[in-house]
Amino acid sequence: MNTIETITNEKASELGIEVVFPTPNQIMLRSMVRHKGFLIGATVLIIVVLMAALAPVLAPHDPYEQSLATRMLPTVWQENGSWEYPLGTDNMGRDYLSRIIYGSRVSLLIGFLVMIIAATIGTTMGLLAGYFGGKVDMVVSFLITVRLALPAVLVAVAVVALMGGSTKVVIFVLGFLIWDRFAVVIRASTQQIRPMEYVAAAKAAGCSTRRILIAEVIPNLMNNLIVVMTLEVARAILLEAALSFLGMGVQPPTPSWGLMISEAKEFMLFEPHLITIPGIALFVLLLGMNLLGDGIRDVTAPEGRS
Amino acid sequence: MTDQQDAVSQQALVRVEELKKYFPLRQGFLPGRAHVQVKAVDGVSFSIHRGETLGLVGESGCGKSTTGRAILQLHKPTSGRVFFEDTELTGLGGTELRQLRPRVQMIFQDSVATLNPRHSVGKIISEPLRIHGVHSSQDIRYRVTELLELVGLNPKWVKRFPHEFSGGQRQRINIARALALNPSFVVCDEPISALDVSIQAQVVNLLNRLQDQLGLTYLFIAHDLSMVRHISNRVAVMYLGKIVELAPRRMLFMDPLHPYTQSLISAVPVANPKLERGRKRIILKGEVPSPANAPSGCVFSPRCPLAYDECFVTPPPYSQAKPGHFVSCHLVNNDKSSKIPV
Repeated sequence: MNTIETITNEKASELGIEVVFPTPNQIMLRSMVRHKGFLIGATVLIIVVLMAALAPVLAPHDPYEQSLATRMLPTVWQENGSWEYPLGTDNMGRDYLSRIIYGSRVSLLIGFLVMIIAATIGTTMGLLAGYFGGKVDMVVSFLITVRLALPAVLVAVAVVALMGGSTKVVIFVLGFLIWDRFAVVIRASTQQIRPMEYVAAAKAAGCSTRRILIAEVIPNLMNNLIVVMTLEVARAILLEAALSFLGMGVQPPTPSWGLMISEAKEFMLFEPHLITIPGIALFVLLLGMNLLGDGIRDVTAPEGRS
Repeated sequence: MTDQQDAVSQQALVRVEELKKYFPLRQGFLPGRAHVQVKAVDGVSFSIHRGETLGLVGESGCGKSTTGRAILQLHKPTSGRVFFEDTELTGLGGTELRQLRPRVQMIFQDSVATLNPRHSVGKIISEPLRIHGVHSSQDIRYRVTELLELVGLNPKWVKRFPHEFSGGQRQRINIARALALNPSFVVCDEPISALDVSIQAQVVNLLNRLQDQLGLTYLFIAHDLSMVRHISNRVAVMYLGKIVELAPRRMLFMDPLHPYTQSLISAVPVANPKLERGRKRIILKGEVPSPANAPSGCVFSPRCPLAYDECFVTPPPYSQAKPGHFVSCHLVNNDKSSKIPV
């Protein structure tokens, strides 16, 4: 009969047993594989990224090529549908599948660039406010409050109306608008890390403030930062779609999912699939991003480790 | 200062003069509002001799740790001066202070919070080396191995992360990091409070051994009198931000002058059951007042069984009652008996 005995680290080393613990990264990897939401989200994101990267190879037609002869063709599962145009064509006769595939490029490009701009602004503000406190915190908190009081879409519409709509303008406007969640989350987590003794220990060792922030604080913020990043990519994509739908975002004929919904709305009653298909694409991508964000939060949370 | 005769006879490594640290308690977020100050450390003076261990005891919240941190300038003192050898730490700017950091180090209390969970042990211990210009990976590896052996850890464990160690081992890592730069003065901020009793003894013995081996000077902060008695040469007792008594260990434990010290010592259990049965405890009435609203006069007056009118009005001066024995009590200064009758 076997008995299981619990032994301490010291005892183990006396006995000459090498106790091997998984590193934090290994633990994380294990719980990632077990987390369904994370896996689904990651899969969706990978598929969309591949779709965007391989768009020229995957797309059966040129997404810009118009042809009046082939306009408003039905999808393959509808009557008279053909595999030539699996998702049919729009009112200009452009292949819908190709436009969806190329549309993922716009969504991802805007989503990630906006997130990077917003993350840079928001993280810097939150980090400084949380670490230095006092007056710095007061200023940052005020800016966050001001930002939260402004409805993002309204401001974006106003700015785009002034500057004219283009992908570049949309990226910058959204980037400078949606840093609030980064600032709020990073500020709060920095405030938690600030009084930790390892920060004091680094200071006692003669660390400069910059080095403390980079080497001690930021690595401990990464969990939260990554979660907010994924969620903000989703938010940016959604806002881009909203702006494009309003005609204030990406300009035609660029294939963008929001723009496609906008263009299809006139035919909603007769050809509802034109609005449903980009809608589903948008929905699946956003769902995936949110599942991924939640998944990362779960697998990196300390209570999730055992 | 009051310590001067003492400081002349032996060489003082660290000298603290009228150190104060007040923390503002803000009310509301708008600037300029009236705020209350917490007087965490309210004018303490002492010196620490080269090679000795000065114990600093007191109950939670009396300002022990704040004193330790203010000496190392981890908290900027509100006023007062701190000298290390001949340098005034309180006047130093960021860069000069950083250059001096290797000489004065700190061992922290909480062995979990003090080690960054994202860094391996090797990285944690070598961080001070890197900051102070040791960059060759061979030198770093050599020194880290040496340090791990010095504190009794297996050098093979450099790649491990803090969560893989027990409390005592983490405290050893903590000590190794503090010693990485060959300091001459180490503030030990309750290094054993979070540990099991059996491990406490190991860590205290390790600290003792390192002191002999490396000629360290300690400021040993603790709330456990028996441990302080074991490790210290001299002991200072703090109450509500002030040092009420400072004396060589023997003198303090055999003949405590301040009523607060007497009550503290009476609370220490005795290992001999016969004596323990006969031990009389001095039970103090009331609670420690808030440091945001300290009593006028002697800080201990509201709880002191011997307090008389003067105690409630003027703060007692901190003066030398016997050679090397400092106390802050009106009774002692006015040659009245300060012994609490048991």
